[in-house]
Amino acid sequence: MKQEFDAIVVGAGPAGCACGYTLAKAGLETLVVERGKFAGAKNMWGGVFYGPTLNELFPHFWQEAPVERHIVRHRFSLLTHDACLSAEFTTKKFGQPPYNGFAVLRSKFDRWFATKVEQAGAIIAPGLQADDLLWDGNQVTGIKAGGDELPASVVIACDGVNSALAGKAGLRDKLLPQDMKQGVKEVIQLPRELLEQRFNLVGDEGIAWEFIGSFTGGLPGGAFIYTNKESLSVGIVVQLNALVENKVRANDLLEEFKQHSAVVDLLAQGKLVEYSAHLIPVSGIAMMPGLYTDGFLVAGDAAALILGTGLTLEGANFAVVSGVAAADTVIRAKQVGGFSRKSLSYYPELLKQSFVLKDLQTFRKAPHFLENSRIYSLYPELACDLAEKLFTNDGRPRKKTWELLGQTMGGRVSFWQVARDLMQAKGAV
Amino acid sequence: MNPTSIEDKLAVNKYDIDREVHISLGEDICKTCDGHYCLYACPAGCFKLMEEHITFSYEGCLECGSCQIVCDKGAVEWNLPRAGFGICYQYG
Repeated sequence: MKQEFDAIVVGAGPAGCACGYTLAKAGLETLVVERGKFAGAKNMWGGVFYGPTLNELFPHFWQEAPVERHIVRHRFSLLTHDACLSAEFTTKKFGQPPYNGFAVLRSKFDRWFATKVEQAGAIIAPGLQADDLLWDGNQVTGIKAGGDELPASVVIACDGVNSALAGKAGLRDKLLPQDMKQGVKEVIQLPRELLEQRFNLVGDEGIAWEFIGSFTGGLPGGAFIYTNKESLSVGIVVQLNALVENKVRANDLLEEFKQHSAVVDLLAQGKLVEYSAHLIPVSGIAMMPGLYTDGFLVAGDAAALILGTGLTLEGANFAVVSGVAAADTVIRAKQVGGFSRKSLSYYPELLKQSFVLKDLQTFRKAPHFLENSRIYSLYPELACDLAEKLFTNDGRPRKKTWELLGQTMGGRVSFWQVARDLMQAKGAV
Repeated sequence: MNPTSIEDKLAVNKYDIDREVHISLGEDICKTCDGHYCLYACPAGCFKLMEEHITFSYEGCLECGSCQIVCDKGAVEWNLPRAGFGICYQYG
């Protein structure tokens, strides 16, 4: 059989693009197939890229990539049905290159990323779906796509959370609702000046704002607002099994969040321009599929490489780094002349050397800890109630803070329970 | 006034709707189900309960995969739309 391609990458998201780019730059004949009409057409997320990962791949990428705003403010809020307690961090440093993070809209960004892959020499085939794998014994030898057989020395599945190929390669069982969070997002257009006024931003500065509290009704999850150039990304992320077991729809929780007194005015006069949804695999190492087999590798969401630390869910960096690691593995395998399981076993070694598997190992207990419903309703309520007591002047003699704390907790939770949760938090996050 | 219902929200999205239905239900299995998890899992409200029958309309599907994952009866025959069809995010 004529080996047309050295490598076929399935999916042109961050994992697939990073992989295809690295392969093409090393001179490998690379095909990237993408089922969307264009790269990014099927992709949505919360939306912020943090840290140096992208800058290492494309130095000063923000000068040419379609980034929305660089994040200079981080705000975290606890909500009850009528109150809001917030903490904010900002530093001048985050406003200077290389910046700490960028709000990004994936439909635009992934399209740009794919053009970089093309420029590096790979072929991008949008509108083409990998329907199945080609096999020679136990060795994957290509894909079936659009009725054609496309042979390759190796296939890298970067086909996202629902990866059909990881299943077909026998590396993954059926996905379970308790391992998933559902994200639902609205993009709300707002005139630039109004947006910057409302969020106290100058120029291309942006804010990343996360919320937990009453709007999820105790279900594990949270909400977010990220500022784009001329729009807001407003969404909610909730544990999938909790939604269905409690007969609740994510959209209803999102609507409740949007109506909160701390939020509603920020969205006023905004115009909905898109409503999107996506699943996030959140159980970390516990749900990770097999990462490789003969002639086949899995990267990004398809490999469930997502880090949840409680404050954030991070997947895009993990996708990029795993895509590059998969590519480096393939480049090395080509040099030694084989794509067997044995030569591809270099892939998890690379992931273990990077933050990808190190972070997932460090935070391996976080997914279980974050299922504790007290985090999402009782503790935000206690914090807001205590704050209200501290700030209320009712003309009566004051009490010490500790006394107020005891009064706030009284009958609702024991110090013993809080201590146990804190101990668990210490072990997990 | 911005839409609050799922149906009205989907109306702002861009889709290339195929003639082929990409997800189908095992109706006999659905008849025996009383959990109806699909109704709550689908962020696009594609599943409806009409006179004790679960119906599914594929046009607004956001291709997230939730329905297949929550259905513990195995009634959801889940596929992606054909390449190039389905949701086409302009923002993402």
